[in-house]
Amino acid sequence: MTIQNKAEIIDAILARHRDKPTRLMQILRETQEELGWLSKKTLSMIARGTRQPLARVEGVASFYSFFHTEPLGRYCVLWSDNITDRMLGSVELMREMCKKLWLEPGRVSEDGLVSVSSTSCTGMCDQGPAILVNYRAIPHMSSERVGQTVDLIRSETPVSKWPAELFSISDNIRRRDILLGNISRPGDALRAAIARGAQPTLDEIKLSNLRGRGGAGFSTGLKWETCRNAEGSGADPEHYVICNADEGEPGTFKDRVLLTAQADLVFEGMTVAAYILGARLGMLYLRGEYRYLLDHLESVLARRRKDKQLGHGILDHAGFDFDIEIHFGAGAYICGEESALIESLEGKRGVPRNRPPFPVTQGYLGQPTIVNNVETLASAALITMKGGEWFREIGTEKSAGSKILSVSGDCTRPGIYEYPFGVRVAEVLADCGAAAENTQAVQISGPSGVCIASDEFKRKIGFEDLATAGAFMVFNNKRDMFLVARNFSHFFAHESCGFCTPCRVGTTLLKNCMDKIEAGHGSEYDINEIFKINHLLQAASHCGLGHTACNPMFDTLQKFRPAYQRRLNSLAFEPAFDLDKALSQARQMTGRDDADAHLKNTMEVKA
Amino acid sequence: MSATPDTVTTPTFQLDGEEIPFQPGQTIIQAALAAGKYIPHLCFHPEFKPHGSCKLCLVKISGRPAASCTTVAQAGLSVESEIPEVQDKRRTLVQMLLVEGNHFCPSCEKSGNCMLQALGYELGVMSPHFPQIFPVRPVDASHKEILLDFNRCILCELCVRASNEVDQKNVFALAGRGISKHLIVNSESGRLADTNFSATDKAAQVCPVGVILPKRVGFAIPIGKRKFDLKPISDPGASAGCAEHAEGGA
Ligand SMILES: Cc1cc2nc3c(=O)[nH]c(=O)nc-3n(C[C@H](O)[C@H](O)[C@H](O)COP(=O)(O)O)c2cc1C
Ligand code: SF4
Ligand code: SF4
Ligand code: FES
Repeated sequence: MTIQNKAEIIDAILARHRDKPTRLMQILRETQEELGWLSKKTLSMIARGTRQPLARVEGVASFYSFFHTEPLGRYCVLWSDNITDRMLGSVELMREMCKKLWLEPGRVSEDGLVSVSSTSCTGMCDQGPAILVNYRAIPHMSSERVGQTVDLIRSETPVSKWPAELFSISDNIRRRDILLGNISRPGDALRAAIARGAQPTLDEIKLSNLRGRGGAGFSTGLKWETCRNAEGSGADPEHYVICNADEGEPGTFKDRVLLTAQADLVFEGMTVAAYILGARLGMLYLRGEYRYLLDHLESVLARRRKDKQLGHGILDHAGFDFDIEIHFGAGAYICGEESALIESLEGKRGVPRNRPPFPVTQGYLGQPTIVNNVETLASAALITMKGGEWFREIGTEKSAGSKILSVSGDCTRPGIYEYPFGVRVAEVLADCGAAAENTQAVQISGPSGVCIASDEFKRKIGFEDLATAGAFMVFNNKRDMFLVARNFSHFFAHESCGFCTPCRVGTTLLKNCMDKIEAGHGSEYDINEIFKINHLLQAASHCGLGHTACNPMFDTLQKFRPAYQRRLNSLAFEPAFDLDKALSQARQMTGRDDADAHLKNTMEVKA
Repeated sequence: MSATPDTVTTPTFQLDGEEIPFQPGQTIIQAALAAGKYIPHLCFHPEFKPHGSCKLCLVKISGRPAASCTTVAQAGLSVESEIPEVQDKRRTLVQMLLVEGNHFCPSCEKSGNCMLQALGYELGVMSPHFPQIFPVRPVDASHKEILLDFNRCILCELCVRASNEVDQKNVFALAGRGISKHLIVNSESGRLADTNFSATDKAAQVCPVGVILPKRVGFAIPIGKRKFDLKPISDPGASAGCAEHAEGGA
């Protein structure tokens, strides 16, 4: 491509986004889609176009895993590295793919054709192992599919021409309740809201006892009320509605299915919120992994505009103006945290803000903003149609309504299960085909949640017992719970935003500690270190990621200690440094691997 | 404290049992330092908006841990700072910063004037404790007046903020994420020489450790006679009103 061509492409993208620095994420993504990767020259042009320092643009581009400031190959294959993918054989299949392509993981082939590496959970746990090829999701990887994709890459077939069945994603809805069973017509909730009026609609939301489904469980009515009462500021006072569809927690994929099967209900919830707050712009922050949903979502939005459910004078109600934009994330779990998400929407590095102030008073561009989970907004739309009283009768006293669980792992029917709150873990296990007597653990709400053992299966899903954002990963008796925790420790180290010292350094120390134990060099000393780092993370971290980053180690050490114990050696302390391993490079260079090229077995040395 | 009209109207909170007066809007560390009470800190600087990233200023407020640089003071709060539990955590944080970078104090020009080193002494850090991470961070010696030794960067962003807010040059920014986060320079070559940076910039004066160093003045004051060699960082003479910040470079 000539430099001139390149400049034209970048100029067109910049023009489409009116050179706005707040659109930087979308500008970077679209540029990368066109040019393959983001060179310093490219970033320089974008910096000039958006009138900001190059270093700041570089800082943003290098923050997100899906932006590449080094050439990456014309085909970029990323293997989802959640523990559920691993349990389905992803590690072996990835090795097979690398072998077939004569590649080392993480390296670009010499001809610049392809690179193969791994990425955090892509939200396809019920149909894993999953990969992304140039950011398009392919589920159900098998030896056969590895062969097929390798052939397509070798023949340099454009991804847009790959057989459609490779990209076919299933909803796997196994149990429906009020949300997934919804059959209302688009616009019903809006009509109900307008008929009732803004304040009375807010009163219904408050009455319903709806609490946030994104994890924290904050009262939705209260959030909306605080935001409605907050004044916008400056020359352009506004209120904003944000739908959090970042869904980065490993093992969670219910928002993907809600956006597929009930997109109208979600958009309707956003529009009702806008009606209550007087907001004119809503943004759906969708994780980059769900790029394939764009056409579907845009067509729903277009239909809603045509049917006057979006745009100027919604349903002919003068002054009710609202529209929704879709923004993509780019591979950063931290952007699910609401203030980091807002930073990202503003075109910045996804770093959580200091709070207070909270988004409800100073959010997007400093204006009052609500951030709600996909499921929360869909529930709000239902409440608007059917009333708060109806909703609070469902579920339990402290947890009104239903909860959608994303079930994966060792069960015969993985997929999406919607229950009224209060369902017991044992009942979910029975429904998804995981025999209780063969099941040793369930990871509730993902790595940042809790790991429960078989004696806890009578516990209930709900804010009063097991609060959850939806992940439900099942582990049978044969699974090694140490490896589960180790996988999660890698996840947190990879996803720490790096803002605060305890989490930036602590998550890497934890990961190294788990790797050391796995390599057989761990001792009681390392276990104590894990507990010590846990205390620090809990006390000193800046945000929820750091607070919860040690949970997997903490829980499994409490409940599955033998999985650690049998890896530990008896010494009080064992250095992580392995002299023999340090010589491996020399062995590789000299082509030797005979007994004399090795130091004595470390165990013998100690004996 | 006698009940002068002033103390009647000025609200106070308790810091380790001592009453600290504050102006509404001040954060706990701002009020404490103004009152001559030291709370450890690295990313905080009295001339800049609190950042809240290093977490060295950790305290306990009514039993709950919080960063004192970002927590707004309120009348009647009970703040604990110099208690073993908190000092232990600060020590661990210093150790984390030490293993995250490459710190060889004996050969560092900043030794004796370095806030990280001084905090290490203050908190009784006898060793880095954790395994070293050994990041690869090449030095930038391109600029005629200033040397950048990124090996010692603790990512406090003071230079970023100073260059942006005071100098209005945006010479520095952060790149990468997590443990790979690092400081970068605003030029296509990535070199400091290709920016409009100058040794008189505010950004050249604020680094608490030995990253941004003036060239050719090396070891003007011998090690052993430097600021924190003479007085500990918590000493009002070294830190009252944050004198340790006033002095830049080495
Ligand atoms: C590290 C981290 C990641 C998060 N990821 C998500 C997410 O992917 N989706 C989500 O809805 N909330 C996520 N949250 C919670 C949000 O910060 C916020 O509480 C939520 O979006 C509020 O919506 P709700 O009240 O409807 O639950 C995350 C929080 C943290 C600390
Ligand atoms: S806790 Fe981790 S993710 Fe959160 S701000 Fe600190 S470094 Fe970033
Ligand atoms: S160079 Fe110095 S001032 Fe700048 S971030 Fe690093 S430690 Fe802080
Ligand atoms: S001084 Fe408060 S976090 Fe750094």
